[in-house]
Amino acid sequence: MINNQVLNRIELIFHDIFDDDTLKIGRNTNATDIKGWDSLAQISLIVAFEKEFKIKFSLEELAKFNEVGDIVDIINKKIEYLMA
Amino acid sequence: MIKYPLDPNYLLRKKNSIRRNLLQETNLSEKRIAILGGSTIAEVKDMLELFLLQDGIKPIFFEFEYNRYYENIIFHNSELEEFSPDIIYIHTSNVNIKRYPSIHESESEIEALLTSEIDRFKQMWDSIASRYACPVIQNNFELPHYRGLGNFDVYDIHGRTRYISELNSRFSEQARLRSSLYINDINYLAAWFGLERWYDKTFWYSYKYAMNYEAIPLLADSVASIIKAIYGKSKKCLVLDLDNTLWGGVIGDDGLNGIQIGNETPEGEAFTEFQEYCKILKERGVILAVCSKNDEVNAREGFSHPDSILKLNDFSVFQANWEPKYENIRNIAESLNISLNSLVFADDNAMEREIVQSQSPEIAVPALGNNVTKYINILDKTGYFEAVSLSSEDIMRSSFYMDNNLRKEHQIEFANYDDFLKSLEMKSEIKAFAPVYLDRITHLINKTNQFNLTTRRYNQAEIESISNNSRYITLYGRLLDKFGDNGLISIIIGEIRNFEIHIDIWLMSCRVLKRKMENAMFNQLVFRAKKQKITTIYGYYYPTNKNSMVSGLFEQMGFTKIGEGDSGNTTWRFEIPTDFCNTDFLINVNP
Repeated sequence: MINNQVLNRIELIFHDIFDDDTLKIGRNTNATDIKGWDSLAQISLIVAFEKEFKIKFSLEELAKFNEVGDIVDIINKKIEYLMA
Repeated sequence: MIKYPLDPNYLLRKKNSIRRNLLQETNLSEKRIAILGGSTIAEVKDMLELFLLQDGIKPIFFEFEYNRYYENIIFHNSELEEFSPDIIYIHTSNVNIKRYPSIHESESEIEALLTSEIDRFKQMWDSIASRYACPVIQNNFELPHYRGLGNFDVYDIHGRTRYISELNSRFSEQARLRSSLYINDINYLAAWFGLERWYDKTFWYSYKYAMNYEAIPLLADSVASIIKAIYGKSKKCLVLDLDNTLWGGVIGDDGLNGIQIGNETPEGEAFTEFQEYCKILKERGVILAVCSKNDEVNAREGFSHPDSILKLNDFSVFQANWEPKYENIRNIAESLNISLNSLVFADDNAMEREIVQSQSPEIAVPALGNNVTKYINILDKTGYFEAVSLSSEDIMRSSFYMDNNLRKEHQIEFANYDDFLKSLEMKSEIKAFAPVYLDRITHLINKTNQFNLTTRRYNQAEIESISNNSRYITLYGRLLDKFGDNGLISIIIGEIRNFEIHIDIWLMSCRVLKRKMENAMFNQLVFRAKKQKITTIYGYYYPTNKNSMVSGLFEQMGFTKIGEGDSGNTTWRFEIPTDFCNTDFLINVNP
């Protein structure tokens, strides 16, 4: 799956979690960019990503989530692995 | 709107927009809920909010710092006192067990360990009872995620599985002894969810959630069901379709011998088990009704099948015709005198469900599907019929409605209504609150909405304290007639201030309207007032969108209106004449 598709689906998840259709999500988006992105919202995002892409993040991967780009890369790696 | 069966991931992802929509509802009643967490509770709180909003309860939450639940309850906590909780929920789980038995310990040492663990919780429950006198919802414990002894773990005294089972059994015992303690059975919830899925160690180590995130909506729903049951908001009536819901096949086409019921075939057996489930609900107080598109004579015939578990007299209302189901269901609600949002509609036909739901959004319509092997699970997991007590009233409930049907038929014989009332040979017992009735009294206070002057709600601990307080005059009313016993159906609580009585609560069950029972109750109130040499009674009417039927009650009783507020609240006064004599009722009181 190309980067864009993953990012698009992530953007939809952000729309739901933050109840805001206008959010524009890019690789560099991080918690300082979105009002309400606190630790609770971060967990909601992670759970939604896991369900959406049918993956599970490991302890190390969870610790590395700083901006959206980090998660996109991790997801892509996991999806490639699943499809291989 | 939240639909059953639940989709936990949908709820978790969409919670903010769901909450936004639910908050648009008016007439939300606020409840103050303190949550004591033995692990992270943030998402539990958010999910609980959704399930409560869905049923008209707007929660105001109070939380403690992470895992400080014990200290904050045992010691004086001025913030919590100021908060004045209506409910306290203790969210503990097996991560909070202080210590498991060690392999070296003896039976008596392990027994002492069990006792100390239980005592810790008893101290919390006692502290809550004395400081806050509010209901406590307490998680029990789920089974451990490993068994050091394998299967032996469940019966050897050192086993963790055995230890947890003992703890749970003692929790249950305490809940039976303490009327304000309610168990949230996470032992069952985790088993049903799947213990393997329940333990998400990544989330525990990272975020200190004690269970899989996906289980949290289910857990919150379970707590919400208990809260709703405490406030009398459990559903009251299950309306059932017939063809392919209570039996396999279509009775109009297949005939009595063709429908699938009984143990001869797998399909018949499945429908038999579903009928058994419905029967169990009925026996503990859920009203059953039929709503079927059939000729009535065919519909009724289905229950004469020798293998039918349900019989015609299990149903308090029976609507079989070709009219739209939503109209029939509205009629069912009216004839039972309950509101639409007390009904649950079970039908295998998705189209019928859709029409009923869109015409009457207040009716609960779970997505039953059309696979009979799943009906019980789907209905059972809605929590719609959650019970927090079981009284003889509950067990007798459907016979009350049966008796009422007989009364209605009997009434047709009388041209004059008073003659009809006389013919009922009504007797009543109207006395001060007695301990044996406190359960029922609390239940009635929390669930009566229509004939209710002030709609004040009290929990059981408060009712106990009022009934022991000489500053209050309390009256309950039971009504019997020749058709049967209606049970305890009316309550008055009057507070005595400055040698006057102020009516704090006056309510009556809709089952006994138009019998002039209110006159009999008022008569007794005046009688008790005169005994205490009180001559003035004040009445208060607080209008809601459900109690307009009693807006004129005080006037009817001879009160004078002395005030009116902007929200429509009215205040009334009654000066008891020395020769007071209200005989406008045909009930023999305290014979």
